Amino acid sequence: MDAIFLQILNGLDKGGAYALIALGLTLVFGTLGVVNFAHGALFMMGSFCAVTLNRIFNISFERVSETEVDFLGNPLKEKIPYLQQWFGADVSNFLLEWSVPMSILLAIVVMGIVGVIMERGLIKHFYKRPHADQILVTFGLAIILQELVRHYFGANPIPQSAPDAFAGAANVGAWIGLGDNVIYPWWRLIYFVFSALVIFGVFAFLQFTTFGMVVRAGMQDRETVGLLGINIQRRFTIVFGLAAAVAGVAGAMYTPVLPPDYHMGMDFLVLSFVVVVVGGMGSLSGAVLAGFLLGILQSFASMNEVKSILPGIDQIIIYLVAVIILLTLPRGLMGRKGVMED
Amino acid sequence: MSKKLIVNRRSVLKYGGAASVALATPYFFTRGALAQSNDYRNAPTGDTVTFGFNVPQTGAYADEGADELRAYELAVEHINAGGGGMLDTFSSKALTGGVNGKKVAFVTGDTQTKSDAARASAKRMIENDGAVVITGGSSSGVAIAVQGLCQEAGVIFMAGLTHSNDTTGKDKRANGFRHFFNTEMSGAALAPILEKNYGRDRKVYHLTADYTWGWSQEGSMQKYTEPFGWETVAAVRTPVGAGDFSQYITPILNSGADTLVLNHYGKDMVNSLTQAVQFGLRDKQVNGKDFVIVVPLYSRLMVQGAGDAAKGIFGSTNWHWSLQDDASKAFVKSFGEKYGFPPSQAAHTCYCQAILYADACQRAETFRPSAVGAALEGFEFDGLGNGPVLYRAEDHQCFKDVLVVKGKENPSSPFDLLEVVEVTPRAQVEYPVDLLGGELGPYNDGAA
Repeated sequence: MDAIFLQILNGLDKGGAYALIALGLTLVFGTLGVVNFAHGALFMMGSFCAVTLNRIFNISFERVSETEVDFLGNPLKEKIPYLQQWFGADVSNFLLEWSVPMSILLAIVVMGIVGVIMERGLIKHFYKRPHADQILVTFGLAIILQELVRHYFGANPIPQSAPDAFAGAANVGAWIGLGDNVIYPWWRLIYFVFSALVIFGVFAFLQFTTFGMVVRAGMQDRETVGLLGINIQRRFTIVFGLAAAVAGVAGAMYTPVLPPDYHMGMDFLVLSFVVVVVGGMGSLSGAVLAGFLLGILQSFASMNEVKSILPGIDQIIIYLVAVIILLTLPRGLMGRKGVMED
Repeated sequence: MSKKLIVNRRSVLKYGGAASVALATPYFFTRGALAQSNDYRNAPTGDTVTFGFNVPQTGAYADEGADELRAYELAVEHINAGGGGMLDTFSSKALTGGVNGKKVAFVTGDTQTKSDAARASAKRMIENDGAVVITGGSSSGVAIAVQGLCQEAGVIFMAGLTHSNDTTGKDKRANGFRHFFNTEMSGAALAPILEKNYGRDRKVYHLTADYTWGWSQEGSMQKYTEPFGWETVAAVRTPVGAGDFSQYITPILNSGADTLVLNHYGKDMVNSLTQAVQFGLRDKQVNGKDFVIVVPLYSRLMVQGAGDAAKGIFGSTNWHWSLQDDASKAFVKSFGEKYGFPPSQAAHTCYCQAILYADACQRAETFRPSAVGAALEGFEFDGLGNGPVLYRAEDHQCFKDVLVVKGKENPSSPFDLLEVVEVTPRAQVEYPVDLLGGELGPYNDGAA
C-alpha cells in the first residue's frame, strides 16, 4: 500500500510537469494551428531564468585574501557578492535561498517576451505552410536556443536549491495514517500544487474572461471572429506569449527537482508531444488529463514487481499506451473532430 | 647471316623466368626497408604527424570533453616543446621536441557520447585527416565501439575516460590501450573503506545505469562488498538519461535497504544523487543504522553538478588535482596557468595518454601500431601523477594507485569539492590477467 501510494505521488508530480508543458503546446496548436517543437526549449529557458536570477544575486567583486591561497598557491581572490556588501549577509543569503520561487516573476516576463518575439519574428511566417515545415523550423529553433544556452552556461547541470524551509522530505504517511516510510520531498509536493494552480489559472483565464472567451471563439471559428471586427491574430500572439510563460514558470520551478542543463527541454519534448496526442490535439483538458494519466502509468511501470513480470516496461509504457489509445480512440482521449484531419 | 628468333615453349619459360627475376629484384632488396618506413596506415610523410582527439563536444558530457581537449592541446604543446608540465617529471626522457623528428599536429572529432557518432568522427579523422592515433572519450560504450573501429582500421586507440571492465576485458583489442582505472579496481579500493566506515552486514540497494559500464560497476561492488556481509536487496537497472529518478527511488524506502549504491555517472549521477537526498534517504535510519549512499565513480565535474548532495559521500577516482606529488603539482600548475582552473581526472588521463603514446613512438622510432604497441606493453613508468605505473602487456591496462575520495563538507572553492581519503596502493587493486576474459588478438598495422 505504501509503495502504491508513493508511486501515485510520483505520477502526480511527474504528470504535473508533463501537463504544464503539454498545456502550452496544445494551447499554441489550438489557437495558431502550429506544431511547436521549440516548446521544450522554452521549458529549458525557463529553468535558466532561475539560474540567471541566482547569478544576478551572486554578482561579486573580487578581494584579494591576505591569508588564503588559490590552487596555484597565489593569493586567493575572494568573491564578495555586491548584495552582501550593500545590504549585509542576511539579506544576501535570503535572496539567494529564495531565488527559485522569485525566478517565477522573471520567467513570466522574460518568457512572455520571448514567446511574442518568436511568434512575430518567425512562427507567423509559417502559418500557411504545411505542418512538416512548422515542425522543421521550430525544431531548428529549439536547437539554436539550446546551443546558445550551452554556449553561455556550459553543458554541466547547474544545481539550484529549494529554500531551506522546503529542502527536506515531508512525512506524508503520518498525515494519512500510513507508515513512516511514506515520505516525499516537500518541493515535489509544492511543485504538484503549483502546477495544479497554474493549470487552474490558465483554464480560468480562458473560461471566465472576455479575452479568453474571444480566444476560445477564435479557436472554434477564426474567420467569423475576424468578421466581427476583432483582431484575433493579436490575441493569438498574446496566447503564444502566455504558453511560453507557462512553459517558463514550469521550468523555473522544476530546477530543484532536476538540475537544469541545456538539453533538458528535448528530454521533455517527446513525452509532452505524446501527452498532447493522447489527450487529443488541441484539447486543453485532454492534455492535462493525459499528462497526469501517463505520469502515473510511467511510475507504476517502474515498480520492481511490475518490471519482474514485464522487463523494460518502464521504458515503453507511455508509447504502448499511446498506441492502444490511438487505435481505439483515433482523436485521443478528448480530441475534437476535424483537428488535423484534413 | 641473320639469326632467327625461335619462339617455343622452352624459350618462353626461359625468358619469362629471367624477366620475372629481374622485375622482382628491386622489391626483394627493398622489402625490408619498406616495412620499416611506410607500409602501415597513415604513415606520416611530411614534417608533421597527426593525432586525432575524439571527445564529446556536444551532449551531456560536453564539459568533460572540453576539459579533455584542453589537456590534449597542452600535451601537444609540451611534446612539441620537449618539456613542460608532467613531461618534466615523466620518468622516460625519450621526448626531446616533437616525435621521431616530426611536430605533432592534431584534428578533433565530436563523439556526442554516441557510439555511432564517435565511430563516424574517428573514421573521418583516420581516412580524411590521416590520424595515426585516435584518443579521448567519456563513455565505455563509446570507447569499446571506437576501439573496435581502430583495430579494423589499423591505428592505435588510446582510450580516454572509460571505466568499464570490458574495455580491457572481454572487449579488449591489440590496438587499444587504457590508462584510466576500471570498476574492478574501484571495487577493490573502495570496499575496505566502506567496511571501515559503515561496518559489516548491510542491506544494499543498487541503482544501475543500464549499459556496459553500469553492469560492470554493479558487479564489482557486489563482488567486493558481499564477502563482509553487504547483501544485495535489489539491483534495479535504470535507463540512461532517465532525468527524473523518483519512480526508482521511492521503492527503496520500503525495501528494507540501509545502503544505496548509485552505479551512475555524469548527468544520471547528478540527478539520481540529488533526488535520493531530496527523498530524505540520508536522514533515514534503517535496521538500526544510518542510511548511507555510495557513488563508486566520482568526477569533480559531477560533484559540481550535484552540489551539496555529494557532501560526505564516498567514491573512487583516477586522479585528483589536490595530490601533492611533484608530477601532479607540475600538471596542475601548467594547466591552471593556461586555463585558470585545475584539471579534471578526464583531463589528466587524456594528457597522460597523449604523452605515453608520443613517448612510445619515440622509443619505437616509428608510428607503426605494432611497434608502438610493443613499446607500450610492459612499460613501467613514473612521474605522471599516479606513482609507479605498469602498462600490462597482456591486457593493455594500466595498473597504478587508486584514490578513494569523499565529497568535501566545507569546500573552500568551486573546485575544492573532493577530499582524498586514501591512496589505495597498486598491489591492492591488481588482478589476474584472465579474470576479465577476452583476447587481444593480433595487431593490425592497416593498409599502406
